[in-house]
Amino acid sequence: MAMVETGAPPASVPVARPAGKSPWERLKPAALALIVPALLLAFWQVATTQRWTRLIPTPYEVGEYMIDFAWGGIYDDAFSGTLVTHLLASMGRVYGGFALAALFALPLGLMIGRIPTARMVLDPFLQVMRPIPVTAWLPLSMILFGLGPRSAFALVCLGAFYPILLNTIFGVRSVDPKLFEAASMLGCQGNAQFYKVVLPAALPSIFTGLRLGLGLAWFVIVVGEMTGVPQGLGAVIMDGRTLSRTELVICGMIIIGIAGYISDRIVVMIGNRLLAWSPTHHG
Amino acid sequence: MAESKTPIIEIRQVSKVFKLQDQTINALHDANITIRKGEFVCLIGASGCGKSTLLRIIAGFEQPTSGEALMWGTPIAGPDPTRGMVFQDYALFPWLSVRDNIGFGPASRGLARSVVKETVDKFVELVGLTKFANAYPHQLSGGMKQRVAIARVLANDAEIVLMDEPFGALDAMTRERLQDELLDIWQRTGLTVVFVTHSIEEAIFLADRVVVMTPGPGRIESDNPLILPRPRDVASPEFNDIRRELGAKLHSHHAKKAA
Ligand SMILES: Nc1ncnc2c1ncn2[C@@H]1O[C@H](COP(=O)(O)OP(=O)(O)OP(=O)(O)O)[C@@H](O)[C@H]1O
Ligand SMILES: [Mg+2]
Repeated sequence: MAMVETGAPPASVPVARPAGKSPWERLKPAALALIVPALLLAFWQVATTQRWTRLIPTPYEVGEYMIDFAWGGIYDDAFSGTLVTHLLASMGRVYGGFALAALFALPLGLMIGRIPTARMVLDPFLQVMRPIPVTAWLPLSMILFGLGPRSAFALVCLGAFYPILLNTIFGVRSVDPKLFEAASMLGCQGNAQFYKVVLPAALPSIFTGLRLGLGLAWFVIVVGEMTGVPQGLGAVIMDGRTLSRTELVICGMIIIGIAGYISDRIVVMIGNRLLAWSPTHHG
Repeated sequence: MAESKTPIIEIRQVSKVFKLQDQTINALHDANITIRKGEFVCLIGASGCGKSTLLRIIAGFEQPTSGEALMWGTPIAGPDPTRGMVFQDYALFPWLSVRDNIGFGPASRGLARSVVKETVDKFVELVGLTKFANAYPHQLSGGMKQRVAIARVLANDAEIVLMDEPFGALDAMTRERLQDELLDIWQRTGLTVVFVTHSIEEAIFLADRVVVMTPGPGRIESDNPLILPRPRDVASPEFNDIRRELGAKLHSHHAKKAA
């Protein structure tokens, strides 16, 4: 054979971890990531024990309450041991609203990106609706969908909708025109190009949109649950506010933060797997 | 080489005018070329003289403003697997592995899975990328990407391969190696090649015929058959004579303008 390429084949894992790292190298990312939370915690501790404010409980009190919230057995009030119930209720709304948003936004985005008429009909309308924040929709949503979970669901869905839509449109519209030429000279023409070129080429953007959308679904969950739902982390925070139970509010905030973070990490892991071919897509 | 009466490609009095908002560009003016099966034709000329435009008309990506572009005597209506294009910037599908890029054409034509696999195996080996068969384009060097781009048009049974400065972005060593490899494939397969380049040396090293083009408007200045035995020696006096002769033709429009 005339052509022989020398050199080792690339590792199947795109970002291979070099073996034999020292323990410090391994722990360094976690250690660095913990600096800011630790400083914040220390400041919080000082501020509350020095009585700079009387309205915020100490970290210890919040920690204790968190344990009671999760497992009960300390205060035994209405919220003891209910964390999982509220978390599941919120997760249902976040993922359900997100899925519904994706169900609308993906086909719409593909259409607007590909079909000029669809773009001219829908784009101006959607662009005018876009600056209206989810909070502004709250009253209307309660009128349209009633008090309760349906409203919450709708608001979360609305929050996740735009990032998915906009990134899908962007992905579909920014396919390298050379790839269409390459496909057509290889015999893939017309509608087949949609599945064989447009979709895969737009996938990284679509994925970014889904990731941002899911993040926003978590972001708006508290507003969504202002609609008078009995369960959910947003409902807990609202109750905490009315009852002046600041430790409850802080617990709710921490859990939303952690749940949203874990959710995002999982999405990123899926993305890295699915988009191993994309050099720019490692989160 | 079997000579058929109908040439594979005929370009008859082809002109191409691009209209922009405030100006018209005569990218190609009254071009005539005939390419026979199995020929290796190089197009050279200064930037903007219409080389890519001519190649894209042959590929079917552009339609002539006037004149005719024919393949086997019938007008070229659009891109087609019988005319494979190798782009300077590769235009590989980044989401497909080397294997799947090479199998894209056969799979698009609806060939059976086993046939596609067989074809892919053959061409992965032909371009020496067996070890990289499952790598993605971003994991390959420029030379390897261009090998994939060549393999994917060959795997698709292209009768004629159109190459637009395919080695322009590669370093000198990789470039020389790919030139050798391309000649090797061409000689073994009886392929027809139309190859655009900026380099006189590259054209003389590769071509049966060198078509010199000049800009403003883009025209074909001359069509030069090369009667140099292969393999060609870049350092030989004959090679140098041709280089000088073609160099003069390449710059002839400057001389005319100055006069
Ligand atoms: N799609 C287009 N729209 C407008 N003008 C174009 C288009 N394609 C090419 N041209 C113009 O036509 C002329 C010839 O372009 P072409 O790309 O064929 O030149 P070329 O010989 O390939 O140049 P280079 O060596 O720089 O690649 C140029 O003036 C270019 O600007
Ligand atoms: Mg060009």
